[in-house]
Amino acid sequence: MRVGVITFPGTLDDVDAQRAVRYADGEAVPLWHGDHDLKGVDAVIVPGGFSYGDYLRCGAIARFAPVMQEVIEAANKGMPVLGICNGFQILAEAHLLPGALTRNHRLHFVCRDQWLKVENTSTAWTTRYDKNAEILVPLKSGEGGYQADEDTLKELEDNGRVVFRYVGDNPNGSRNNIAGITNARGNVVGLMPHPEHAIDALTGPTDDGLGMFLSLLDTVVKA
Amino acid sequence: MARVVVDVMPKPEILDPQGQAVANALPRLGFDGVTAVRQGKHFELEVADDVDDATLAKIAETFLANPVIEDWTVRRVEA
Repeated sequence: MRVGVITFPGTLDDVDAQRAVRYADGEAVPLWHGDHDLKGVDAVIVPGGFSYGDYLRCGAIARFAPVMQEVIEAANKGMPVLGICNGFQILAEAHLLPGALTRNHRLHFVCRDQWLKVENTSTAWTTRYDKNAEILVPLKSGEGGYQADEDTLKELEDNGRVVFRYVGDNPNGSRNNIAGITNARGNVVGLMPHPEHAIDALTGPTDDGLGMFLSLLDTVVKA
Repeated sequence: MARVVVDVMPKPEILDPQGQAVANALPRLGFDGVTAVRQGKHFELEVADDVDDATLAKIAETFLANPVIEDWTVRRVEA
């Protein structure tokens, strides 16, 4: 399994994302924002950070990077794509996922270990979880409030496209406590919390996040 | 050259915590009577004369604003 991990100017979490891929017995392939090809990878992770300094809006400039044109085309053909934190913001700006991420409702940057409920276990990235399992992974973001219009929320809820939901106190004002969603096909997933920081109890709060990368392994092997 | 102003505002139904924080600070500073504040963005573009209105609209809709959460206006002004 070869998994591309994109680095934009200002990306922070590409190294941990690459490490998570290796923990799942995959080969991590670094992709640069200026690349015009995906180097034959089986899947792509758009990691967290502050691409292009979060100028204009989070993800608004990254979405037009050359490598993202390749990602958009591949995602629309069914390639598994995961956006974490800033990566989720980029996928939303790129219209691969509906809605938008806005300033946290209490304005503070939130940095804490966060319980999530896994509600969709049929996406390319979540098959290893039990339905409604609760997992503990870090959340660290200032603009993580998920917003979408009523029709979009209904579409997501009615079709099981809410993949992760915050458990307990809503950390950022996200509509319906939404932490992560998928596209209709289930190959593209975006979430604000950081599974790649929770793959080993030595370095994270749990290893609950590793399941996402093992799920991808299953998806790629089956493809 | 022409000057074009693009104003981008959060949609009315979208929570604007930054505007609320500004509104909440005003009474503490001794300014009474301001009942609400909405915070947006103001862009000033210097554009060549051959850039038409359709192109300006596209710039605003696809890049300067996010139509999911923001409204915008485009207007040409005297430089």
